Amino acid sequence: MRLRLFNEAPNFDFFKRWKIWLGISALMMVVAFASFLIQGLNYGIDFRGGTTIRSESPLAVDIAEYRGAIDALELGDISITEVFDPSFRDDQNVAMIRIQAQDGQEAVTTDVIDAIEGALKEVRPNIKFTSVESVGPKVSGELIQTAVIAVALAIGAVLIYIWLRFEWQFAAGAVLALVHDVILTIGIFSELQIRFDLAIIAALLTIVGYSLNDTVVVFDRVRENLRKYKKRDLKEVLNLSINETMARTFMTSFTTLIALIALFVLGGDVIRGFVFAMIWGVIVGTYSSIFVASAILLYLGVKRDWSKPDANAGNQYANIDA
Amino acid sequence: MLQIDLWKRILIALTCALGIWLALPNAFYAPVEQHNDAVAEIELSGSTAELEAQKALWPEWMPSSLVNLGLDLRGGAHLLAEVKVEDVYANRMEAQWPEVRDALRSLTPVRRQQSPADELRVRLNDETKMAEAMEIVRANARPVQTLTGAGATDIDVRGEDGVIIITLSEAEKQATNERTMQQSLEIIRRRIDEVGTREPTIQRQGADRILIQVPGIGSAAELKAIIGTTAQLSFNPVVSRGSDGNANPGIGNKVIPSVDEPGAFYVVESAPVVTGDQLVDAQPAYDSNGRPAVNFRFDTSGARKFGDYTAANIGAPFAIVLDDEVISAPTIQSHIPGGSGIITGNFTLEESTNLAILLRAGALPAGLDFLEERTVGPELGQDSIDAGKVATVVAFVAVLFFMFVSYGLFGVFANIALMINVAMIFGLLSLVGATLTLPGIAGIVLTVGMAVDANVLIFERIREELKTAKGPARAISLGYEKALSAIIDANITTLITAVILFAIGSGPVRGFAITLGFGIITSVFTAIFVTRLMVVIWFERARPKTIEV
Repeated sequence: MRLRLFNEAPNFDFFKRWKIWLGISALMMVVAFASFLIQGLNYGIDFRGGTTIRSESPLAVDIAEYRGAIDALELGDISITEVFDPSFRDDQNVAMIRIQAQDGQEAVTTDVIDAIEGALKEVRPNIKFTSVESVGPKVSGELIQTAVIAVALAIGAVLIYIWLRFEWQFAAGAVLALVHDVILTIGIFSELQIRFDLAIIAALLTIVGYSLNDTVVVFDRVRENLRKYKKRDLKEVLNLSINETMARTFMTSFTTLIALIALFVLGGDVIRGFVFAMIWGVIVGTYSSIFVASAILLYLGVKRDWSKPDANAGNQYANIDA
Repeated sequence: MLQIDLWKRILIALTCALGIWLALPNAFYAPVEQHNDAVAEIELSGSTAELEAQKALWPEWMPSSLVNLGLDLRGGAHLLAEVKVEDVYANRMEAQWPEVRDALRSLTPVRRQQSPADELRVRLNDETKMAEAMEIVRANARPVQTLTGAGATDIDVRGEDGVIIITLSEAEKQATNERTMQQSLEIIRRRIDEVGTREPTIQRQGADRILIQVPGIGSAAELKAIIGTTAQLSFNPVVSRGSDGNANPGIGNKVIPSVDEPGAFYVVESAPVVTGDQLVDAQPAYDSNGRPAVNFRFDTSGARKFGDYTAANIGAPFAIVLDDEVISAPTIQSHIPGGSGIITGNFTLEESTNLAILLRAGALPAGLDFLEERTVGPELGQDSIDAGKVATVVAFVAVLFFMFVSYGLFGVFANIALMINVAMIFGLLSLVGATLTLPGIAGIVLTVGMAVDANVLIFERIREELKTAKGPARAISLGYEKALSAIIDANITTLITAVILFAIGSGPVRGFAITLGFGIITSVFTAIFVTRLMVVIWFERARPKTIEV
């Protein structure tokens, strides 16, 4: 006996209200983008410069007391948060202190860090500083730039690859789905104010890769079925293809999700934001390959005449798996 | 259809075995690391019984490359420094002045004028000799020593109202920058080696930046104390002593503060008598009062200059200047021949030891600005490793279980392939000497989740093909065939993003890209070759009439 989600290939009608789904997706993108514009991301020091200090003390963290000690130094905007994690020992009380980049300073100054460490040692004599990171404004500006370039390049490269392997409508569908995923991920980071740093960019690109993986598997089946059922309506073929790949979609999403959830719960607080982005990306990516990528494909239509070579179908990869 | 040539079978099996073989040292991390350290130490400074014992911890014939642990896992410090290459221009101009003065001496008296640091302005007393003077200065120029700057000379000379203005030419600036960077890298490397930490990374990044990563060091501040100091030592004649930092020092002189006496400033001649370049040795020592000090010794030419100067200036003060601060300004008591001496000041023992290291390793040609610094304590690194291990094991077991209950025997095949897959990732990482970072662990966990995808695609396809009742052999063969295009397309797109991440990212992100990229390659390999081989071998032996996937 096997564990099976579907004994028979399922037969859901995904495109009964496809325009509504497309509308909902568009609306969510607008909401996410608005949140990004209004509230903004909670940028980590990688992107806006400054210093974070991670402190660990056997005594409980008292944020007011910490703040009192540091405020005396007049360093501008400071945030202090206590960090909780199931993997911490009883005598492990962790707080993160973040200081904005000091005005008019291109580089990192040791004095500021020394001053803060000194001030905290007054309050908690046996406090330890397990990590100290400082990024100067010069570098953080460049990091934003490279991050944006990385995401744009990845999406561009994918657009070209799918265009070569499929048709432009497929490429458009896949890329819009990617943009959807990226915007929704940025949206949730803005909405929940989770710290957005360099590692999240890596997560974003992985989401791009994962979501695409999913979309390509569906599209591959669509291409196959379009050749097989030359007379059937595009909507029917799309529906059939999604239903046929449904079992695989669930299996893969599920195995990936359990691996990620294990990491989310047990992997420690340092990479939790990163793993959260990936979990969110797997969910959104699975959704978007059906309700965005395929729906866009339906909206744009596909040229059905695969037999005659012409400008669109005539590339070298088009018939590779026939 | 279900046939695989014998040579292909052997090749597949060998590839798997090689991957596991290369990954093996990582399972015994601590002894292998000690073995490697011992081997390096023996190579460097000869063998001892203790080192031989450590070396014997791991057999010689086994591979000994390990996956490096990134700073976020091992703890250590990371610095990104920008070299202020323009600093050197000013020194070059300073050195030009005596040359120009001497060259023009026979023609007309000249005076030096105030100018920006990267220019030298010389006024001629006799303005009518401008053309001749420029000719002489130009003749002094040297050809630039680079391939690209062939034919160019090192200085540009122009005239303006009786003033000759000398600047470094563009080609010379380029060449100077290049030299400055090379020297800085070399000096930083030497200083870090003097401290003796293991496996530091010192890399040039872009035109004028240097990335320094030192595992195991307590804090970035400690690292900065070693490499952040320029340590330009010079001995300059003292003109006067005062308390005004903004006093006009007069041309050719400069005002610099004292380290130990707050509010005190010295006016010294800009051109030093001797500089730290001419030191051959420096050692921490104690002065006659038992306070920490630094002993030094000059090379022959430095010793001669120092000897001549002290002989000629008995009774006059001279300043020991380190990075534009006066450490001390003793009065010359007697002629000091032999070229050795002692630097005294208000040092702690640690400061004098550090200063000796810095003087021995040599001065940085230019100052450094630190653009980025990150320190991770070893405790946090260890916590991350522990958490990462637990999470990886749990994720692994969950996926194995889930694959088994979903696909039965075929699930077992996929699971064996998955284990080979993870071993091969580690094998590849060790082979290229890649660095495993915390996001890299996440990359492996993600690979564990996604690696089954290719197998799932194939198994689901076999299930579908079975429904059309073509017999198990045909279904399996069709399953592999038809799933292939989806597998290739899906993984190439992910590989594209991994490559982009690798090309653009740095540090931990790059570590993630490497594990993700390797994970994709190994998971495609294991899915389309390894599980297939297992399925085929099983099928040949069992010859089942029906199969359940």
